[in-house]
Amino acid sequence: MTVTQQLLTIAAIVLGTMVTRFLPFIIFPVGKPTPKYIQYLGKVLPSAVFSLLVIYCLRSVDPLSGSHGLPELISIVAVIALHLWKRQMLLSIAGGTVCYMFLVQMVF
Amino acid sequence: MQKLSVQKKALKAAFPHTIPILAGFWFLGLTYGIYMNVSGFSFWYPMLMSLTIFAGSMEFVAVNLLLGSFDPFQAFVMTLMINARHLFYGISMLDKYRGLGWKKFYLIFGMCDESFSINYTAEIPKDVDRGWFMFFVTLLNHFYWFFGATLGGIFGSLIHFNTEGLDFVMTAMFTVIFLDQWLKEKNHTSALAGMGISILCLIAFGSDDFIIPSMIGILGVLTLLRKPLEDRALIPEGGNSK
Repeated sequence: MTVTQQLLTIAAIVLGTMVTRFLPFIIFPVGKPTPKYIQYLGKVLPSAVFSLLVIYCLRSVDPLSGSHGLPELISIVAVIALHLWKRQMLLSIAGGTVCYMFLVQMVF
Repeated sequence: MQKLSVQKKALKAAFPHTIPILAGFWFLGLTYGIYMNVSGFSFWYPMLMSLTIFAGSMEFVAVNLLLGSFDPFQAFVMTLMINARHLFYGISMLDKYRGLGWKKFYLIFGMCDESFSINYTAEIPKDVDRGWFMFFVTLLNHFYWFFGATLGGIFGSLIHFNTEGLDFVMTAMFTVIFLDQWLKEKNHTSALAGMGISILCLIAFGSDDFIIPSMIGILGVLTLLRKPLEDRALIPEGGNSK
């Protein structure tokens, strides 16, 4: 690829990303009332999306081989336990990450 | 003067929420910059791309697209597929981003997974300006990513220390965000449906292709459950609308 072709490719990717981000705001502008169905989706979707994002982060984990996803499982339990205990977002995240780094570097 | 203190206050409130992203993006951005570096691109590429694309997973895919043959349409369609989940974010943010003037444009432009998750769930103190808070969350995240990617592009080949496992910071953050939402909502139908459908699709379609089927499945199930969920008025309340 020439530099121009590379820039065009990057522009196409920028455009694609912007379409996915701006589209809902263009289809449902401020002036007009948003359809009830879309309002409903706006309320119920986030919970499902957060589940999807957690699974997305864990998509490469293979429970049938390697470390069987044990470092991930243990560290997620650590995150949840820390968070239920102290409710300090940063502590839960840092604790879980340190736990995971220790497990993959030293144990598994 | 008045205006400046409003912004300062919002920045102060926003920064702690972005610290996990600082760790995660610094690392992922660095990895991305290094990847570009070893793929033969000068640091200008990760610098430009981290500024303009700002969608982590897509930028890794972009490296392959740039190394392949010239096909901007394919690049465009692939981007739509990989980033389709942003449509859900937009639908969820229609109200929260309302009435924020020019900031709204940047908030939508920078609505990556992390910015969306924080801006949707964060409990913004009453005396802090919502618009500026979300603006700074997005701007800081954007900056961390840009900074990491550029550094990785410049110094990529010189960095040696054991960061194995640091990328778990993102998993940990989404777990906490998931948990906070779970504790806040009265009804877990949506969260459980999302979890079940995502896992099923991951098993059925594999790790590279499960996002779109998951989205379709989630949309379908939530549409079917609309009546019971609305009738029982058990719809979870959004985070910072109070």
